[in-house]
Amino acid sequence: MNIKLKVWRENPGKENGHFETYEASGLNTEMSFLEMLDTVNENLSEEGKEPIAFDHDCREGICGMCSCVINGTPHGPDRGVATCQVYMRNFKDGETITIEPWRSTAFPLVRDLVVDRSAFERIQRAGGYVSVNTGAAPDANAIPIPKTAADQAFDAAACIGCGACVAACKNGSAMLFTAAKISQYALLPQGQAERDRRVLRMVAQMDEEGFGGCTNQYECEAVCPKQIGVEHIARMNRDFAVASIRDTIA
Amino acid sequence: MNLDSQTPAGPMADKWTNYKRDMKLVNPANKRKYNIIVVGSGLAGASAAATLGELGYNVDCFCFQDSPRRAHSIAAQGGINAAKNYKNDGDSVHRLFYDTVKGGDFRAREANVHRLAEVSVNIIDQCVAQGVPFAREYGGLLDNRSFGGAQVSRTFYARGQTGQQLLLGAYSALNRQIDTGQVTMHTRSEMLDLVLIDGEARGIIVRNLVTGEITRHAAHAVILATGGYGNVWNLSTYARGSNVTAAWRAHRRGALFANPCYAQIHPTCIPVSGDYQSKLTLMSESLRNDGRVWVPKDQAISEKLRKKMMHPKEVAEEDRDYYLERKYPSFGNLAPRDISSRAAKEACDDGRGVAPTGLGVYLDFADAIERLGKAKVAERYGNLFDMYHEITGESAYETPMMIYPAIHYTMGGLWVDYNLMSNIPGLFVMGEANFSDHGANRLGASALMQGLADGYFVIPHTLGNYIGANNPKTVTTDAPEFDQVEKEVHERINKLLNIKGNRTVNSMHRELGQLMWDYCGMERRKEGLETVIGLIPKLREEFWNNVNVPGECDNLNQSLERAGRVADFLELGELIARDALNRAESCGGHFRGEYQTDDGEALRNDDDYAYVAAWEWMGENAAHLMHKEPLEYEEIKMQTRSYK
Amino acid sequence: MNKILSLATSTLGRKYIMGITGVGLVGFIVIHMLGNWQIFLGQDALNQYAVLLKSSDKVLWGFRLGLLAMIFLHIAAAVSLVIDNRKARPVGYTNESTVQASYASRTMKYSGVIILAFAIYHILHFTAKVTHPKYHEMKVPLDGVMVPDVYGMVIHGFSNPWISIFYIVSVGLLCMHLSHGVSSMFQSLGLMTRNNEGLLKLGAKGLSVVIFLGMSAVPVAVLLNIVN
Ligand SMILES: Cc1cc2nc3c(=O)[nH]c(=O)nc-3n(C[C@H](O)[C@H](O)[C@H](O)COP(=O)(O)OP(=O)(O)OC[C@H]3O[C@@H](n4cnc5c(N)ncnc54)[C@H](O)[C@@H]3O)c2cc1C
Ligand code: HEM
Ligand code: HEM
Ligand code: SF4
Ligand code: F3S
Ligand code: FES
Repeated sequence: MNIKLKVWRENPGKENGHFETYEASGLNTEMSFLEMLDTVNENLSEEGKEPIAFDHDCREGICGMCSCVINGTPHGPDRGVATCQVYMRNFKDGETITIEPWRSTAFPLVRDLVVDRSAFERIQRAGGYVSVNTGAAPDANAIPIPKTAADQAFDAAACIGCGACVAACKNGSAMLFTAAKISQYALLPQGQAERDRRVLRMVAQMDEEGFGGCTNQYECEAVCPKQIGVEHIARMNRDFAVASIRDTIA
Repeated sequence: MNLDSQTPAGPMADKWTNYKRDMKLVNPANKRKYNIIVVGSGLAGASAAATLGELGYNVDCFCFQDSPRRAHSIAAQGGINAAKNYKNDGDSVHRLFYDTVKGGDFRAREANVHRLAEVSVNIIDQCVAQGVPFAREYGGLLDNRSFGGAQVSRTFYARGQTGQQLLLGAYSALNRQIDTGQVTMHTRSEMLDLVLIDGEARGIIVRNLVTGEITRHAAHAVILATGGYGNVWNLSTYARGSNVTAAWRAHRRGALFANPCYAQIHPTCIPVSGDYQSKLTLMSESLRNDGRVWVPKDQAISEKLRKKMMHPKEVAEEDRDYYLERKYPSFGNLAPRDISSRAAKEACDDGRGVAPTGLGVYLDFADAIERLGKAKVAERYGNLFDMYHEITGESAYETPMMIYPAIHYTMGGLWVDYNLMSNIPGLFVMGEANFSDHGANRLGASALMQGLADGYFVIPHTLGNYIGANNPKTVTTDAPEFDQVEKEVHERINKLLNIKGNRTVNSMHRELGQLMWDYCGMERRKEGLETVIGLIPKLREEFWNNVNVPGECDNLNQSLERAGRVADFLELGELIARDALNRAESCGGHFRGEYQTDDGEALRNDDDYAYVAAWEWMGENAAHLMHKEPLEYEEIKMQTRSYK
Repeated sequence: MNKILSLATSTLGRKYIMGITGVGLVGFIVIHMLGNWQIFLGQDALNQYAVLLKSSDKVLWGFRLGLLAMIFLHIAAAVSLVIDNRKARPVGYTNESTVQASYASRTMKYSGVIILAFAIYHILHFTAKVTHPKYHEMKVPLDGVMVPDVYGMVIHGFSNPWISIFYIVSVGLLCMHLSHGVSSMFQSLGLMTRNNEGLLKLGAKGLSVVIFLGMSAVPVAVLLNIVN
C-alpha cells in the first residue's frame, strides 16, 4: 500500500516547527504503524537526511514510551491500544496520515514527535508510593485483600504513564494519570496510612506542573491505551475533599 | 587470572546466613559519605537504588528511557517464582533451588542459586507491602499458578502484566528515595564508558540523550543493571532500546564476559511477517497450558496451508503431528522452552512449517474450546487472543494461532562472584546483565525473581561488605583518568558521525542479526560458527567505513544512539560465536548439532565442560582470552535433564 | 486560613466550588420554574405567590445575596479554570478530533456567558423593571390590597414575540448547559461511580428537557393566548 504522511518536524532552537510531507510507498498491510515510520526513516537516512525522531521502546503497548497523535487522536483511531499497537491494515491505501506530538504546556517538545514527560515523574514522586523500607514487610498473606478491591486496584495500576490522557484533554489536564495512581493505593489497605497526604501532595504537584483543570469531558478515558475509567477521577475528587477537610480541621 | 567465586564456606543452606553474620558493616553516619552509581532502573537497578537510598547511601541512578518506569522489565508477562508453598503442594526453598539448577542444565553456581531461592520468599512480602496488586483468590489471599513446566504452583502473577506491576512497585520505592533526595535520577542518559582508577571502578561517562552533553560521574562503587543483550540477534522479544553497551564498555575495560553463548529462545512468539519487522512479540507461555502444538505430518499439506489454499480446520486428525505430545509424553505441550523451541525448528526445517514464510507452527485451542467452552477460554486467555488479533488480524478462536521461537533472554553476561562483584573491584553487576543464576537455561518466572533478589536483598549486604572492608577513598571527576576516558568517548562519537558512508545503521543491524540467527541461533554447528566468525569482522569493518549516521551530537539523535549500540553488538556477536564454538557440547539454550542423542536430545559433556567460560578482552584486534571457573556440585548431583 | 484558600483555589478545589454552586443554581431554577407555573392557576395565584416571596425583606435579600454569591463564585471559578486550561493547552491539533466529549461539555463557557447575559436582562425586565418602567404602575387589588401585577407584567412581556423568542432560546441554552452540568457536578463532587454513571447522565438530560419545556411553557402559553 502507499500512503502520504504529514509529520510535525521541530528542533527547538535550531529548526522551527512545521509540517513535512512524505510519500511512503510499497508498504505491507501487516506492518505496524511504527514499522511504517521505520521504513520512512530508513529512506530518509539513505538520502542522508535526518530521520523523524519518535519515542518507542517495548513496541508491545506496555512501556508507555510511544506517543504519536495520529489524525488528531492520541495513539490513533482504535481504542485501548498504544501507538506501537496500531497496524497499517487499519488505514486506507492512498490515505494521508497526519502525525503530531503530544500538545500540552506541561510536556515541552524535545524534538519532532518527542516530548518531555518529566512532569509525570514529579507527580509520582510527590507521594505515589507506600512508605515501606526493604525488609520491613510482614508475610504477604498477613493482609488478605478482597479480590474485587485487588482487581479494581489493578485496573488503576495498569496505567503505562504514556500521557495520552493529557494529550487528548482539551484542557491539558493530567487528572486521569494522577487519579489512577491515587486510586490504586486508595483501594488497598497498604495505601491507607498515607492516603490524605498522598492525594493532597500529588494534586498540588499536578497543579504546579501547569496541567489544566478537568471539566469532565471524558476524552482522556476514550484514548487511554489501558482504558482507565474516569470513575478514578471521581474517587480522587472525593479523597481530595475528605483529605482537605480533615487536614484543615486537624 | 584465577576466578575466585568468593563462595562462603559451610553447608549450602547456611552459607548466606553465615555470610550476613560475618560481613563488615558501614556505620549509618558514614553511609552518606559514600556515592554509589546505579546504571539501570529495571527490576534490578530500581530495587537496588531504592534500597541503597533507604540505607543512607548517596545514589545516582541512570536510564536511557525518559522514565525509570519504562525499563524493559515492564514487559514481563507471566509471573515471578517464590518458594512460599502457599498452595501446600510440597514446594520448598530446596525444591526451587533444585529446579533452578536442573533447569539451568547444571551450568549455574550452586551457592548463588540457593541464595536466590532463599530470598525469593521475602520478595513477595516486599512487593505486597508496596501495594503491588497480585492476583488473589476470593478469600483475599494470593493466587499462584504453575508456570514454565514446574510441577508445583509457585508462580505469583498480576494478570498478564507481572513485570509491569513489580517494576512499578520498585519504581515507587525509587520515587520515594528521589523525593527524600537520597537518590538522584538521570533519565535519557546513556552510559558510554566506565572509568577505572588504580584498577577500581570509580565512575562513568554519560551522554545526555537530549542535549548531547557528555558528563562525568564519580563514585565509590559502580553497579551495572543494564539488562540482557538479546538484540544482537536484532529480532527478539526485547525492547528496541535494550543494548549491551554499558556491559560491553566495562568488558573492554577488563570485566570478564561469561558464557555469552547461553541465550534463551522462547517457543511461543508471533512469527516474522516480513523484513521490515522490528520486533517479535511474545505470547505468554501460559497459552501452552491449554493450547496444543502441531504441524501436518505431510509436507504437501503444509505447502497448501502456507499458500492459504486450505484451512487448518480441514486437516484431518490423523494427518496432524502433535509433535510435543508425541516426543515428550509426560510434559507434552508444557516441555521446557529450549526443548519446545528446538522441536518447532525441526518441524519447520523438515518443510512442515505452516506460516507463509514456512517458519511457524500451530498452537491450537479447538480442543480447549470443545472441553471448556469458548467463554472459559476467553476468560483465561481473552487478552492474549485480543493481542494476537491486533497484530495478525486473525482470531485464535476461529483458526489456530501461529507461533515460532524467538530470542528472549540471555543467561550469559558479565562474570560476577558470590558478592555480585565482577573481577574489577568496585564494579557490581546485577539482573540479566550478569551471568550468575540461570546456568545454560532460565526457567520461566525466575528472571524477575533474580532481578529483585539482587536489588532488594543481595546487593545491600554485599556492597556494604565491600565498602566496610575496603573503605574506598573518595575520587573526583577531575582525575586524569576521567579526562582520558571522556576524550575517547568524544572521539568515538565523532568518528561515527563522520563516516558518512551509504549504509544505514538499521540495515547493518539487520544483517548482523540474520547472521547470528542463521549460524548461532537455535542450533549451532562447527562449520556455521566458523563461517560467522569469519563474516562478522568483515561486517564490522564495513560498519566503520561505510555506515551513515545523520545529524549532530548536540541534540536528540536517535541514529547516533543506535549506531553506538550496534557497533558494540558487532563486537559481542563474534564473541558469542567463539564461545559457542568453544563449548563442544549441548546444554540448555546452547545446542550444538554435533552433540545430540540418537533421538535428538541435547548431549551434555560434564567431564570437559562443567565450567563457566569467562572471556577477557585483549584489545582491538587480539583474540579474547578464556578463563575457566570450574563448577563443583556439592548439594545436587549432576544428571541428564530428561523431560520424556 | 491561606491553607484553606490554597486548597479551595486548586484545580480540584475550584471544581468543588463549581459543583456546589451548580447544585444551588439548579435548585433555584427548579423552584423558580415551579413558581412560574402559578401563572396557570390564574392572576391571583401568581400575584399571591409574588407577594409571598417579597413578604419579608430580610428573607428576600438574604435569598438574593445567596443567589448572587453562588453566581459570582460559579463564574469566578469558571473563568479562572477557563484561563488556566487555555494556558495548559495553547495549541491544539491540525485536525482536532473529538472521540466522546459531548458538544455541551465543550461549550459550557459559551452557554454560561449567554445565560449570564440573559439573567441580567431578565432581572432588568421583571425585577428592576428598567426595560419597562411602566411595570412599576401595574398594580391590582388582591383581597382588597393593591399589589404589583406580576401576572399582567408577564403577560405583557411575553405578548411581544421577540421577547418570548429571546427567553425561549436562552432557556434552551441554559438547558444545554445543564444537560452536561447536572451530571458533571456529581463527577466533580466525587459522587459519580461506574454504577450510577449512566443513570446520572440520563437524569441530567431528562431534567434539562423538563426545565426547557417547563420554562418555555409560560411564554408559549402567553403567545398562544392560553393565558391572558
Ligand atoms: C517479553 C518478555 C517477557 C518476559 N517475561 C518474564 C516473566 O514472565 N518472568 C520472568 O521472570 N522474566 C521474564 N522476562 C525476563 C525479564 O523481564 C528480564 O530478564 C528482566 O526484567 C531484566 O531486568 P533487569 O533489571 O536486569 O534489566 P532491564 O529491565 O532490561 O533494565 C535495563 C535498564 O538498564 C538501562 N540501561 C541499559 N543500558 C544502559 C546504558 N548504556 N546507559 C544507561 N542505562 C542503560 C535501561 O534504561 C533500563 O533501565 C521476560 C522478558 C521479555 C522480553
Ligand atoms: C452565569 C454564567 C455562567 C457561566 C460563565 C458558567 C460556566 C460554567 C462552566 C465553565 C462550567 C464548567 C464546566 C464543567 O466543569 O463541567 C460550568 C459548570 C456548571 N454550571 Fe455553569 N455557568 C454559568 C451559569 C450557570 C447557571 C445559571 C447554572 C444553573 C442554573 C449553571 C449550572 C452549572 C452546573 C450544574 C455546572 C456543573 C458543575 C460541575 O461540573 O462541577 N451554570 N458552568
Ligand atoms: C421563561 C421563564 C421565566 C419566567 C416567566 C420568569 C419570570 C420571572 C419573574 C416574573 C420574576 C420577577 C419575580 C418578582 O419580581 O416578583 C423573575 C425573577 C427572577 N428570575 Fe425569572 N423567569 C424565567 C426564567 C428565568 C431563568 C432561566 C433564570 C435563570 C437564569 C431566571 C432567573 C431569575 C432571577 C435571578 C430573578 C430575580 C429573583 C429576585 O427577585 O431576586 N428566570 N423571573
Ligand atoms: S491514564 Fe491512560 S492515557 Fe493516561 S498516562 Fe495512564 S495509560 Fe496513558
Ligand atoms: S478529558 Fe480532560 S476534562 Fe477531564 S475528564 Fe478527562 S481530564
Ligand atoms: S513502545 Fe512501549 S508502549 Fe508503545
